[in-house]
Amino acid sequence: MIALTKESLFIATEQDVILCRNRTRELAVKVGMSLLNQTKLLTAASELVRNLLKYGGGGTVILEIVSDQKNTGLRLTFQDEGPGIADIKLAMQDGYSTGKSLGLGLPGAKRLVNEFNIQSELGKGTTVVITRWKNG
Amino acid sequence: MERIPVLKMGHFLLVTIQVDLYDRLALSLENDLITMVSQTGAKGVLIDISSVSIVDSFMGRILGNIASMSRIMDAETVVVGMQPAVAITLVELGLTLTGVFTALNVEKGMELLQKQISKNQFTGEDLYDRFD
Repeated sequence: MIALTKESLFIATEQDVILCRNRTRELAVKVGMSLLNQTKLLTAASELVRNLLKYGGGGTVILEIVSDQKNTGLRLTFQDEGPGIADIKLAMQDGYSTGKSLGLGLPGAKRLVNEFNIQSELGKGTTVVITRWKNG
Repeated sequence: MERIPVLKMGHFLLVTIQVDLYDRLALSLENDLITMVSQTGAKGVLIDISSVSIVDSFMGRILGNIASMSRIMDAETVVVGMQPAVAITLVELGLTLTGVFTALNVEKGMELLQKQISKNQFTGEDLYDRFD
């Protein structure tokens, strides 16, 4: 998989979330992603940006247009330097939340994208990488 | 601060969400709506989300909250105009909006509210009966 373009956004306030959402949509349209896949990607991104703000205290989102031999898509990386996640397996379960939310964010986001990778270290922060291909 | 307008029409409150919601805006809408239900004695709340391109778990929770809160305040809520891509995404996300009435468009939503309200009056059902 190679990255064709790369840009990053700093997320510190709720307004930045909208900005990030809009930029993701623009890139998705640019690669010719179907409306359904766009909606799935944007929804997943929305969940992850919220986590970034709420639990990570803000952070960086890297947006890349990526390509392998047969497909083009978007790869988004959400990086924060927050407290980290103690038990990723638990955090990936439906209905588990340390906040007051429904606990659908992480597992739901995973279901909405093609590739999902999460890494976290206590006291260092959390990085989530998602990829959504334009087809499939 | 930005706000989403709530219109009163007869016994109903009408909300058309035309912008992308961020969390604080969604929360203030929840608050405004419940306050208006109490002030106006509205019997129904209709929320049009036909221009909303994404509904994530937070927004879904707010819609559910509005429905439960207005029910306690003796008003029914119907969400109308959901885009097909949004519906597919919501279910995959794991959110089924249990307890929220939905309709395809504003017209059908109004009909549903009318029906629901006359049913409530007819059976003289009080709010306790409706808790599952």
